[in-house]
Amino acid sequence: MEIKEKLKKIIDSNDVCLFMKGVPTAPQCGFSMTISKILKHLNINFEGINVLEDENIRQGIKEYSDWPTIPQLYVKGEFIGGCDIVKEMFEQGELKDLLEKKNLI
Amino acid sequence: MALSIKEIKELITSSIPDAIIEIKDLVGDNNHYSAKIISKIFNNKSKIEQHKLVYKSLQGKMGNELHALSITTEGK
Repeated sequence: MEIKEKLKKIIDSNDVCLFMKGVPTAPQCGFSMTISKILKHLNINFEGINVLEDENIRQGIKEYSDWPTIPQLYVKGEFIGGCDIVKEMFEQGELKDLLEKKNLI
Repeated sequence: MALSIKEIKELITSSIPDAIIEIKDLVGDNNHYSAKIISKIFNNKSKIEQHKLVYKSLQGKMGNELHALSITTEGK
């Protein structure tokens, strides 16, 4: 399967997915940890995809989202952003609103 | 190869000339920075678009030479 299709399948089959370094229980980068913590704080079930396990996914998702860094958060197929954006949205209550609107809280 | 604050500023200014830029070296290692960037070009753009403009100005260095740059953008 082409990497693009593979990524689309992952994104489409998980309401909330986080492309991250490490796994949700043990993030291996501070930025990945920040988003994990925020999602856990909001009691959101999410799929953590460890990009360190697959170089194709690691490079592929950067192209797929046209975004140069990891972590990357997707909600119901929509790219939400990286750590800075998610953190800012969380602090301003926008992330909770978005998740509520998508019936995930 | 890490980038200095001066180099980061120059890169951003070269594609966003009106940018007001404030960069902090978070731990003093020339590798973990935070940048606040204010520019008219951010007006009426989504956060994703705003950050993409900053990444673009860094000419592919983000995620490579530049490991950690936390970005805050604002219109003016």
